[in-house]
Amino acid sequence: MTDVCAIDELVNHKSRNKMPLLSINGVSKSYETRRGDNVLAIGEVNLQLAEQEFVSLIGPSGCGKSTLLHVASGLLRPTTGQVLVRGESRPIRAEEFGMVFQDAVLFPWLTIRQNIEMPAQVLRIPKHVYRQRSTQLIELVGLANFGDMYPRELSGGMQQRASIARSLIHDPELLFMDEPFGAVDAITREALNIELQRIRTVARKSVLFVTHSIAEAVFLSDRVVVMSSRPSQIRSVIDIDLPAERGPELIESPEFDSIVRKIHRELGRHGH
Amino acid sequence: MVTNSVTANRRENLLDSAVTMSLSFCLLVVIIIIWQIVTTFGVLPAYLLPTPAATAQAIWHDLIDPQFWSGQLLQTLYVVLVGFVIAAVMGILIGPLLIVHPLVERSVYPFVVAFQAMPKIAMAPLILVWFGYGHTSKFLITALVAFFPVVVNVIAGLKAGDERQLILMRALRAGWWTRMIRVRIPNALPYIFAGLDIAAVFAVIGAVVAEFLGSSNGLGSLVIIRQTNVDTPGLFSVLFFLAAMGSLLHFVIDAVAKKFTFWSQSADTKVAKR
Repeated sequence: MTDVCAIDELVNHKSRNKMPLLSINGVSKSYETRRGDNVLAIGEVNLQLAEQEFVSLIGPSGCGKSTLLHVASGLLRPTTGQVLVRGESRPIRAEEFGMVFQDAVLFPWLTIRQNIEMPAQVLRIPKHVYRQRSTQLIELVGLANFGDMYPRELSGGMQQRASIARSLIHDPELLFMDEPFGAVDAITREALNIELQRIRTVARKSVLFVTHSIAEAVFLSDRVVVMSSRPSQIRSVIDIDLPAERGPELIESPEFDSIVRKIHRELGRHGH
Repeated sequence: MVTNSVTANRRENLLDSAVTMSLSFCLLVVIIIIWQIVTTFGVLPAYLLPTPAATAQAIWHDLIDPQFWSGQLLQTLYVVLVGFVIAAVMGILIGPLLIVHPLVERSVYPFVVAFQAMPKIAMAPLILVWFGYGHTSKFLITALVAFFPVVVNVIAGLKAGDERQLILMRALRAGWWTRMIRVRIPNALPYIFAGLDIAAVFAVIGAVVAEFLGSSNGLGSLVIIRQTNVDTPGLFSVLFFLAAMGSLLHFVIDAVAKKFTFWSQSADTKVAKR
């Protein structure tokens, strides 16, 4: 009896590991316009995200990358196809993912700490659990002395760090990041990239990341998915063969440069 | 460093308010001087425009008259407060119901707009016919006049705020109630307080009109009595006390609003289009 159980568990464990964390299978999404026409935002996308993998979606603006993120997070229903979570056909649960937007989208009436703890309260995580985590996360994103301040007292870059901490408070396995550094200046952006790289190494999360910046995508990702304009489809997938531990010095290396150029060519191939 | 700048800020604010207060005082002095000149040189006869001294005397006379307080001022204040509270509670309760569902909103809103377009004051005689010459009518007229600024601002406020705050809540699979408590109501607070501020002024108007029509006490009825007696300084005195009442309500609401909407940078400007 115990043996059977043990084998069962072993099999389950194995299949669990083999299954991609998230599979987007033949997903398309069309909208109805005011005039009643159907507009295809995404046409047939297939994409797998393995555990602890960092995948960037890159492509021209308005190509439906954000729509794909919304479908993947269960906020939008796909028109065709389905999203599998660990091989099961079900919407992803709130506990399983965190979300970061282009702007921090903090609540101005809450302090930084209260903002970071908010998802944990909504998900009814016990206070002694989330209080400890929020303290660690505030430290991790470098806001140690700012927990009791209000969002408007912080710079845009600091607010975005807080929103990253908020997305991690319930310890999800997966992060959806929708151009998280699109609204900060170039210098802050580079600093935040290096920081996100560090946070990700510490926190061991899977990330689906939407960006316009090729360098950012290359610096952060295990794989970069190049998308075409509407209806958006996957044009090519590029594996980034760079060491897992990446520091600022990597940006100046010739390997980094050659991958950036390769993606640049990929994006420009059909013009847009 | 931080505390230093805070104290510096506070000092600057104090200085600022000292400057504004002295400017306001200067303006008051200028107005009184012009007023005195106009009355001294007989540009207007005294029964149209009493002298500042006569007006001050009338105000003082009312101020020390216990009958004025118990029979008039406090009566009106009582009507204003009860009417205002009814309007505030109803507005805050009914506002959310109107936008519970887009279908409800679309079907009910035309009625809200039509009702709002009608001068509520014109309904006062009808309410007196329905409810008689008692406190009920006065409360209802006051509440009716003050209700719309509240409900319109509650609706506008509940729809305000960053749409992505709601997307975030949906990503957390938060239900309607949680979204309401955690996002919609906090976002609505600056609007609600702006609505309450307008409602307080409207409540004073409503109460005075109600007392015009059918009352033997209150500042509204006193205005009619003094008009009949051509007691112009007395009329000025009543206006002074009505203005003081409105200002007092405004400052109380403003103080409460500051406690709850300290985070909103433009709380004062958040007024729904009416």
